[in-house]
This record gives sequence, structure tokens and C-alpha cells, in this order.
Amino acid sequence: MSLPKDASVDEVKARNRELIDDVLKAYPAKSAKRRAKHLNVHNDGKSDCGVKSNLKSIPGVMTIRGCAYAGSKGVVWGPIKDMIHISHGPVGCGQYSWAARRNYYIGTTGVDTFVTMQFTSDFQEKDIVFGGDKKLAKIMDEIEELFPLNNGITVQSECPIGLIGDDIEAVSKQKSKEYSKTIVPVRCEGFRGVSQSLGHHIANDAVRDFVFDKLDMSAEPKIEPGPYDIAIIGDYNIGGDAWSSRILLEEMGLRVVAQWSGDGTLAELEATPRVKLNVLHCYRSMNYISRHMEEKYGIPWCEYNFFGPSKIAESLRKIAGFFDDKVKEGAERVIAKYQPLMDQVIARYRPRLEGKTVMLFVGGLRPRHVIGAYEDLGMEVVGTGYEFGHNDDYQRTAQHYVKDGTLIYDDVTGYEFEKFVETIQPDLVGSGIKEKYVFQKMGVPFRQMHSWDYSGPYHGYDGFAIFARDMDMAINAPVWNLPQAPWKQTPKPMLMAAE
Amino acid sequence: MTQNADNVLDHFELFRGPEYQQMLENKRRMFENPKPAEDIERVREWTKTEEYKDKNFAREALTVNPAKACQPLGAVFVATGFEGTIPFVHGSQGCVAYYRSHLSRHFKEPTSCVSSSMTEDAAVFGGLNNMVDGLANTYSLYKPKMIAVSTTCMAEVIGDDLNAFIKTAKEKESLPADFDVPFAHTPAFVGSHVTGYDNALKGIVEHFWDGKAGTAPKLERQVNGSINFIGGFDGYCVGNMREVKRIFDLMGVEYTLLGDNSDVFDTPTDGEFRMYDGGTTLEEAANAIHARATVSMQHFCTEKTLPMIEGHGHEVASFHHPVGVAGTDQFLMEVARLAGVKIPEALDKERGRLVDAIADSQAHIHGKRFAIYGDPDLTIGLSKFLLELGAEPVHVLSTNGGKAWAARMEEVFASSPFGADCKAYAGKDLWHMRSLLFTEPVDFLIGNTYGKYLERDTGTPLIRLGFPIFDRHHKHRYPVWGYQGGLNVLVTILDKIFDEMDKNTNVPSKTDYSYDIIR
Repeated sequence: MSLPKDASVDEVKARNRELIDDVLKAYPAKSAKRRAKHLNVHNDGKSDCGVKSNLKSIPGVMTIRGCAYAGSKGVVWGPIKDMIHISHGPVGCGQYSWAARRNYYIGTTGVDTFVTMQFTSDFQEKDIVFGGDKKLAKIMDEIEELFPLNNGITVQSECPIGLIGDDIEAVSKQKSKEYSKTIVPVRCEGFRGVSQSLGHHIANDAVRDFVFDKLDMSAEPKIEPGPYDIAIIGDYNIGGDAWSSRILLEEMGLRVVAQWSGDGTLAELEATPRVKLNVLHCYRSMNYISRHMEEKYGIPWCEYNFFGPSKIAESLRKIAGFFDDKVKEGAERVIAKYQPLMDQVIARYRPRLEGKTVMLFVGGLRPRHVIGAYEDLGMEVVGTGYEFGHNDDYQRTAQHYVKDGTLIYDDVTGYEFEKFVETIQPDLVGSGIKEKYVFQKMGVPFRQMHSWDYSGPYHGYDGFAIFARDMDMAINAPVWNLPQAPWKQTPKPMLMAAE
Repeated sequence: MTQNADNVLDHFELFRGPEYQQMLENKRRMFENPKPAEDIERVREWTKTEEYKDKNFAREALTVNPAKACQPLGAVFVATGFEGTIPFVHGSQGCVAYYRSHLSRHFKEPTSCVSSSMTEDAAVFGGLNNMVDGLANTYSLYKPKMIAVSTTCMAEVIGDDLNAFIKTAKEKESLPADFDVPFAHTPAFVGSHVTGYDNALKGIVEHFWDGKAGTAPKLERQVNGSINFIGGFDGYCVGNMREVKRIFDLMGVEYTLLGDNSDVFDTPTDGEFRMYDGGTTLEEAANAIHARATVSMQHFCTEKTLPMIEGHGHEVASFHHPVGVAGTDQFLMEVARLAGVKIPEALDKERGRLVDAIADSQAHIHGKRFAIYGDPDLTIGLSKFLLELGAEPVHVLSTNGGKAWAARMEEVFASSPFGADCKAYAGKDLWHMRSLLFTEPVDFLIGNTYGKYLERDTGTPLIRLGFPIFDRHHKHRYPVWGYQGGLNVLVTILDKIFDEMDKNTNVPSKTDYSYDIIR
């Protein structure tokens, strides 16, 4: 069912619908019915992608999703660098998420910075039976003694904490008072919700309750507020993404008072309620706290997309629109300054990438945000979907990003994804580490779009040069001529998924 | 502007540009509310002291940078070693995402594993429905020959009963009544990944031998001449399993490897994704009951499995991840004795070649002081090899090692004059190791990828041996067992020693008189 490159939209749509019907046949009836709601073909003009989202994964399949703990500790809180984040519960969760996400930061690790460390209460059977509150209190004492320069502590709850009814709030409150220090209990047990998405929300609420609500907004601010103060929200600084974003915002005349949470600090969190605008990169993970700040402190927020020159320019102008002419001119100055670099990058890489097709499956932002960057390189995204997107993500995708006929798959299962790729035969798949080797075995070039395959940054103008280079390196690597032995007779290698 | 289209700079170089340096400096000074530089320096120096070490070792509740993972990881790992088998983890789904990522990052291979995706409602009402639907989906989609079930801490805390659940799922026709679904309870708050390996392997073996959870008659043992081999949780399984098979073939031993995941973690890139590849066949797993004996390469990975097998009449033997000459000698002699075969001349020669290599190189290792950490058996095997090389394993630390491990370590130290001042640290973590490396420095550190933080902080060069190895590629393809494996370990150690030697002698007109081309 692989179609020629010049197939019409109607042919693509028909093929994609057939493909969806085909994968559903493999499921037992009950599961086929549930999965059918998550698969669709995008129709132009529709307000969303026509798929259900943010629902429970069906059991017994290879879902790519993680859990609430992963959303809170792995994404939102973990990168705050001057606080110590306790993985509270058994050893595993902290171990598997230890330094795995490349949230870059500057600091002296183990002394005033703690991101690439694994602090755990390493629950044993007796902690399950008798509860872990006393142990947690003692852990905080030991942290204070051994890591005196920490600026605060968070408690990241693993599954058993909620199940055995530990009162981590009481322990945190008591120790917070004792040490006059911010200590944040986070109820992000892995069984809560249907994916890591709820963990983001819970973590946002913890910022609200245990950082913002403790601030005395009538007191003299620690940082003298200025007319151009903004905060970068929802950038985790994967491979330095927030830095290659921040530099542009500062160049256009804004003052970035805080960045969350990559390379972030507690002081930056505390300074945020006084900024003039919150600029939000990962809408999915931090729209909650942005909305809260709008309601409570009257701070407007705006989404932006720093992938690829088209979207960067659009976003810089959008952000500048909240400020005066000085900043608007600044935005134009920045766009003009980097245009020659972008022209060179595109001149170099577009001829090598023009017309190549991509299938994506990532978390809650990139399934749409990177589409513009691919288009800047002449590439086309033919299938996309979210691990933990909600309906508003699919609305944004439909209205601003995907083309007519694009295959949409929410919470795709391993089985479906392999079948889709086998049939559509894209030139590139962009997803995560669990998918990477599956597709490479099939002979399909692959890039990790959660952590940029150890490269990066990809955000901003500097990042786009790396993005373009990486896509060329992935797609045009000579290794992809090698999977088929020359003595095998098939004229074109077929990409095969597991049966 | 730092970036350049003709020579694209990524994070390695980009942020060293002047604009970024200025930006980061401003951020720190103006917004981060940093601690004063002198405080940072004072605390940094303090963490290197005896005083800090004493406080660090007085910790009772906090664990920092542990060198262990949780039980289900071991269960998933062992299940992948059986033909057509998919591991099914009963509990919340995030755990499975972690196990798959963790194993994939080490092996650079796909890791197939499913979850029953339990959420709040399952926490309240139990996960039976998740098991019933989940097994049906797994069976339909992934067409496995076997589904090996284990649990997460969540399922264990709420007390889900796997045996009853699987039975119910079969009654509800999620999958055929005679389909193989071995299971093991693997709570994450007991033991470590090593314990999980043990529990899950025991579950699988018992399933086949003891009547498939009451659905078939127990097998009658009819002794043959075969030997069962169990590798244990092993980051080198790809290289090691193949090496063991080669050795057994050379010796003419009939054998069954129980949990042979050498192929599934080493599938080719040829246009086809193989979800299952190789592995111990289910028939072999069942027939393994008839073997004369069972050997385990890692004692602490089979503390429950081996006694169970012994209970079925097998003679059993276990080792501690043997590495090097004496370790391999002992292993081969034991296998030869149990199988009633002679050790062939080809292996004599391999042995001689490893001894030859040690003789050629020992001068560079003799008397060097090492710190080692890792799983209990691995640390014992490596320590014995270091002693054999004339080196001193000064600090040997195992987060998942207990009293029995420490006692065994003491015996190892006592067996050699080079072990005189060496000490075992049971249940300690890598933050303890950091204190040790500052207060009682050694020449080299041996451990997994996480040791690079210790290398950075303490300046102790890291030799990467263990699991996981995320930041170096393809090490798992090379065996560490057998004489060939010993040679690989020797070369790995020597490479680092020579690199350090060159690094320490390369300053022109100052130290480069020792920058020799002949080492």
C-alpha cells in the first residue's frame, strides 16, 4: 500500500483509512473499538484531528506512555537545579530517570546543584508495612546536613506512597518550618491519571501551592521589576534548548527573569509572578500554571514555537506584539540578523532533504511544533500523534500544522506504529528511544525527538542549524544503503514490522 | 554569532561562544540567587574530608546515587531469554516505559515488554480486569509463544494475586487454557533487579516442571547427561552467552541455557524488525528438568532458583561471575566434572594465551589500587581477577550486596596478599564511594556509566565494566567470561591505564620524557 510520491490527497486518504481498518483487525473486538477512536485521517478545515485523547491506554499493548511520576519528576520538577528532588518510594523510578533527559544546567553538582543525581528513600518492605513518614523526615535532616547549600526540597511520590496513605504533606510542612526552607510534597504517584500528563498538572499545582502561595507579593521584590520582564515557561533545556531560545529573547530587548524548568532555580520560580509576560513553549506541560498566573496575577501568556526559521520569526513577532516599538524593532533586528545564517543552512541542507517524508510520535508538543522546521527544509510530515496530548493539542495541530490527509494516531501502540511505518515507508521516523531501534532494524532512518539523540539544541536559530544537520545525517547516512545484502534479489528493500 | 552553517556547532562547542558565556553569567548573577563562590568552594572542599565521610557513612535513611535497580527489571530481562516470550508487567504502565528505555539504552536494541496499565480504579478495585483484557490483547497482537508475568510495587501493595488472575483470564478466554503464562511476584521494595531475575526465572522453571500452575501433570525427571546453564542478570549477555555456548561445544557438553537472550538483544539490521529472536525454546525449558546438573554463573541471581532446582534432584553449582584465569579454570573443571567430559586442548591453548597476555602486561597493573562497584557477583568476579593480576581491589562496594556478599568478599581478600588492605561495603551507594575516593584515593575506578560522575568529582579514572553502560557503545557484544572474556577485560583495563599514562606525560619539555611509544 506504499503510494508513489505524486499520489493525490484522495489516494492518500483512502490508503490511510484502509490502513487504520487493517491494524484494528488484529485486536480483540473490545480493544479494536476503543483503539478506533484514537486513529484517524486529518480532513482539512476540521477544528481538530478527529481523535479521542487523554484516555486510559488499553492494557497488554506496548504503549509508549509513561506515568505521573515521570511527568512531575522527569519533566517539571527534576530540572530545577538548586533543589533536591527525592524519589520517594522504591529505588527503581529514580534510577531509570537518573540523568536520562539531558536537562542541561550550569552548577557545581553535589554542592549547589543536584540535577544529575538520584536521591531516593529506597523503600523496603518495612517502609510499606509501617509507612515511610518517619524515614522521610530523617531523609530531610540528612539532606540538610550533607547538602547544606540546597535551596529547597521536593518529594516526588512513587506508587506506594498514595496507596499506603503516607502523609508527606505533614512531614514537608514540619520540616519546611524547621529549616525555613521551601519543601514541596508532590502527589505524582505513577498510577494517577492515564499518562505523564497528569504529572505535569500535579507538579504545576504544587508550584502554585508551595511556591507562589507562600510569596508575600506586597513585600519589596528581590529583583527590581522592569518593563520588559518575561519568563520562559515549559522549556526543559534538552541539550541546551532554553539557552538558544533565551539568547534571542534577550537580543530583541526583553529581560528573561526566569526560565522553567531547564537550568531553572527556585529564585526564578519565585520571581515569575511579577513578570510582564509568560512565554510558553511546551503548552501541554505548563499551560496550567500559566493560566493560574493570568488569573491570579494578571500576567498574560503566549505560546511560541522556536523550531525552524518560519515559526521562530512568527513567534518573535507575536511575543514582540505584547510590547512597545522598541521590542518590535528588536524582533525585526533579530530576524534580520539571523536570516543569512538560515539562508545558508537551508541552501546547504534543503537540496538533500527536499520531498522527504517524516512520521512523528512524541510527547505533548513536538508532534506539531517540529512540523514547521521540517517544512522549512522541504520535508513533509505524513503521520503524527501524541503520547499524552489532549484535545486542545489536537485542535492546535489541526488548525495550524498538519496537512489534509495526514495520518493521526493518538497513544499509538507499538503494533500500530510498526504497521503504519511498514506501509507508508517514510524517509524518517522521529520518536523516542523505545522506538528507535525497532525502526532502524527495518532500515528506516530515525531521530530521537525527546532528547535529540544526544545532539542539540534544536530550539532557536542556532538550534535549527543543528536540526537540519541532524536530519541530513540521519536520512542520508550511507548505512541505509547497506541493510540489504547485495546477493539478495529483491529490487527495493521492504521495511518489515514484526508479525 | 557563534553558529556556522558550514561547520554546525552543537552543544559541545556552541555554548562556549562569548555571547552564550555572557548570557549565562548574567542569568546566574542577576536571577539565580546563587550561593557565594566562597561558600561553594568551602562546601566542595568539606565534602572531600574525613569529617564529611563520617557524616556520610552515618546516613540511615537517605540513599544517594544507588548502584541497583528494582526487581521487575530483572524479571523483564530474564523473560526475554525465552523463545517467543513477551514480558508482561502487572502494574502501572510508566514502569514498563522505564524498563524498556533502560535496557534499550544499554543494548542499543529494541526491548519488547507490555504492561497491564493499571490506574486509580485498579488501585481501588484491584487489577483483575486489566489482567483479563491485557492478556487477551497481548496474545492477539504480539502472537507470543509465552507471556511471562511479573509485578510492580503498585500491584504488590494492593495485593493482586497473579495465580488467581491468570486462571480467571484463561476462564474468560483471554487466551487458551494451555497457553504458557508463568508468573512471579516481584515487588520493587524487596531486593533489586538481581532478586527479580531470580524470582522470575524460578517462576518460569517451576511453571514447566511443576505442572503449569495446576493445568498439567508435573514432569517426571529422567536423568540425561545434559547440563543446565544460568547466566544471571548480565549486561554482557550477548557476548557471554555466545562464548559459553562456544566453550560447551568445544568441550562436547550437552547443555541448555536457561534464559538465553543473546540473540534478542543482538538482532541484525537487514530490513526486518524481529520482536522475538532466539532464546531458550519452551521445549528445552521443560526438558531441562532431565539434566544431570544445573550451574549458575551468578550465585546471588539464583539464591531461590538453584535450591528449587536442587529440590528436583539436580546437582547444582554456582559461581560469582567468574572473570580471568582461575575463575574460568574453576568453571570449566566444574562443568567437566558434572558433564563427565574432559577439557579439550583447544581450551588449554586459550588458557595459555590469556596467561601469556597477563605475563606481558602485568607490570603495568601490579600494585595498582582499584575501587569497584556493581552487582554482588560481578564485584566478586572482578576482584578475584584483579588479585590475579597483582592489583589491589581496595574498596569494593555493592548497593545490592548484603552480609553474605560481604563475607564472601572478605574471603576473596584473605585469599591473596594483595587483598590485605581491601574492604567490602555492603548496601552502600555511590555517594559513599565518593567519600572513599576522596579520603582513601585509588588509581582507578571500575563500574558502570554512572561512575563518570565520580570520575569527574574525584579525578579517579573510570574503567567501564558493569550495567548499565549508556555512554560507550557495543561493550555488551564482547564476552567477559571464559579465557577470551578475561582477555577482553584485561585489555579494557590496560587501555585506560595507558591512556592515563599518556595523559600524565604529554606536557612538552616538562613531562614528555616519559611519553614513550613503547609501553
